[in-house]
Amino acid sequence: MTGEQRTIHSRAALDEGLVSLQRQLRTLASHVDVAIERGVLALERLDRRAAQRVIAEDGRINELRFKIEDDAIHLIAMQQPIAGDLRLIVAVLSILPELERIGDYCAGIAKVVLLHEDRPLLKPLVDVPRMAQLCREMLRDAIDAFISRDAERARAVGLRDDEVDRLYDQVYRELLTFMLNDPRTIDRATWLIWVAHNLERIGDRVQNICERTVYEATGVMREFTREERPEHE
Amino acid sequence: MRAPEPVAERVSDPAKLERVFELRGLSAWYGAAQALRNITFDIPKNRVTAIIGPSGCGKSTLIRCLDRMNDLIPGFRAEGHVTYHDEDIYGPAADPVLLRRHIGMVFQKPNPFPKSVFDNVAFGPRINGYTGNMHEVVEGSLRRAVLWDEVKDKLGTSGLALSGGQQQRLCIARALAVEPDVLLMDEPCSALDPIATYRIEELITDLARDYSIVIVTHNMQQASRVSDLTAFLLAGEERTGELVEFGPTRDLFTRPADERTEAYITGRFG
Amino acid sequence: MSAAVAERMRWRPTVAGRRRSGRLFLLLCYAATAVGILALVVLLADTLIKGAPGLSWQFLTSYPSRFAERSGLLAALVGTFYVAVIVVAVAFPIGIASAVWLEEYVSPGPLRRILETNIGNLAGVPSIIYGMLGLAVFVRALSLQRSLLAGGLTIAILVLPIVIINAQEALRAVPSGLRHASFALGATRWETIRHHVLPAALPGILTGTILALSRAIGEAAPIILISSIAFIAFLPDSLLDSFTILPIQIFIWVSKPQAAFHAIAASAIIVLLVMLLTMNAVAIVLRDRARRGVGW
Repeated sequence: MTGEQRTIHSRAALDEGLVSLQRQLRTLASHVDVAIERGVLALERLDRRAAQRVIAEDGRINELRFKIEDDAIHLIAMQQPIAGDLRLIVAVLSILPELERIGDYCAGIAKVVLLHEDRPLLKPLVDVPRMAQLCREMLRDAIDAFISRDAERARAVGLRDDEVDRLYDQVYRELLTFMLNDPRTIDRATWLIWVAHNLERIGDRVQNICERTVYEATGVMREFTREERPEHE
Repeated sequence: MRAPEPVAERVSDPAKLERVFELRGLSAWYGAAQALRNITFDIPKNRVTAIIGPSGCGKSTLIRCLDRMNDLIPGFRAEGHVTYHDEDIYGPAADPVLLRRHIGMVFQKPNPFPKSVFDNVAFGPRINGYTGNMHEVVEGSLRRAVLWDEVKDKLGTSGLALSGGQQQRLCIARALAVEPDVLLMDEPCSALDPIATYRIEELITDLARDYSIVIVTHNMQQASRVSDLTAFLLAGEERTGELVEFGPTRDLFTRPADERTEAYITGRFG
Repeated sequence: MSAAVAERMRWRPTVAGRRRSGRLFLLLCYAATAVGILALVVLLADTLIKGAPGLSWQFLTSYPSRFAERSGLLAALVGTFYVAVIVVAVAFPIGIASAVWLEEYVSPGPLRRILETNIGNLAGVPSIIYGMLGLAVFVRALSLQRSLLAGGLTIAILVLPIVIINAQEALRAVPSGLRHASFALGATRWETIRHHVLPAALPGILTGTILALSRAIGEAAPIILISSIAFIAFLPDSLLDSFTILPIQIFIWVSKPQAAFHAIAASAIIVLLVMLLTMNAVAIVLRDRARRGVGW
């Protein structure tokens, strides 16, 4: 009557649902990113209160993970998506546990702060914050690549895990030297190795997210470790 | 984490499956209006092949070309080849009447004859000169259509007195009575309620062990539930249907090759 | 009053005015129907009053005579019956077969359109023209004289278009799904027609047949031309004999000056009406049974 043009956008509800899922995934990823930052910062300063906040935040990360999962299941039941839509939802569902585990690793790093009680750090942290920085950048880029379905970018991000692994080896050897030289440092050295290991695992999890992105875009699942690094074979 | 198996066990490699129909360049016209253009694909034996597409894309025309039912429509013309048992059914030597005995058809609206249940099933064999035991044939067909238990005490009642789902199963039994090797089904469930629909779908899956089935459906979920292979037809503005994609159902519905296929099956079409 | 009520009042306040026009129209329809029924009732009453006293078994079984009280319908009834038999024997097979051919075999196109248009036109041709046709072809050209056969054939040709049209409608009413199902089982066209289409169309065809027949026995004009308006006081011995029919007998008696003959004409009209009503009733019963799908 007023002459306005109205078009019917079919599957609007499904599209809104998919957009919402991806938006919430990004939110979850940014919570996890902050957790990595704060966890390592708390360790650098041995800040107990900050560490406790990180541990509490992990609870909220878990809650958000399950909420997103519920939303995804709801979307499947109500909208019966198939083909690309269904694959997107399944991809989101497979990335959720990776992010949640990363959150758990951050809580683990924070717990190391509490273990120190009133003892000082064994040595100023150099490689550990470097690893954390790399992981955070990888995580942000991996999520970006997933949302934009960019397989090339995801592949590039996945390869950066090599650097994280290399740093872990370095930290491990350094701390091993500490332990061999002075057995009284074994406690704290072990805790630091544990932290570095958590960060290395975070890198692996992000790499999994990248593999998932590549699979979604190309239909081919290839693990980066085997194909892309022939020198390890 | 490996990718899921790209094809189902039942359809290991479509190219290796034995074929019941080979369509090559099939085009069809109703008078001056072209309904199908250059349809080329193979329909395998003992599988369920679904034909999907938006309304007006030529699915019904295509399926009716397979048993030359379109010949009954004045002004219809077909070009190209459809090979069935090594013979071109549009060739000069082909006899449509004989062809239709070997290719059964079930229609969208159940159309039992206004005769008794028994006579409905017996008509086909009688007309084709069957001289054996008619009761055996009727019982056998009704059993295969999973209708025997419901009608065995009322074989003399009119076919029209049955419920919609039962009528459709009666039509299936009627088609099976002449022992075809192919069953063509043109939207067989669209006039039925959901429960009747599920029963017929189960029947189709079961029948596929012994018959080659081609089913036209506008219900995406049905195609994905029931079929082994799917052909997607699309008509442009000239309303001429073309084959966009044909492949194992499992692939077509999870990772279609053509973006038009994806747009249609996810409901984002036009 | 509240804003809402005022808003509603923008739309005409009551429906009463609209209902009134509806009632007026209904009244007009009743009046129009009443006029038709009234006219019919008056005619019937007049006929019944004049003719009822004359009805008797003797009336039905006597020949016409110079004396009104001794005149009867026997010759006319028998003549009508024979004509009906000829019409059934000739028009129905030809008519039904033509309808089957047109409806089931000929594809829609110019040929079919021309044929159907012409048949439709023939159905509307005045019956006197058929009389002239009968006179020229049957009586003169085929030398059948003014015989029962000539009369019967003329009436047969007259109702043929009606039979064809009715039969075609009955065939058209058979759902195409039935035909498709039959073809899909490998039946030929003739098998499909014979086993499914004709049986399903039969009630409709019979109904149309009976209605055509009731038209046939009421036609006077062609027979006036074919037969003589003679004093037929005997029953036809053969197909080539002279004959008379009920409408003509009525015509003859009405044309006489004596009132007594008018009275027995009224009686004859009653007989004709009863025959027609009975046939129509049978046709309606048949149509009903066909619609309900009841077996016979």
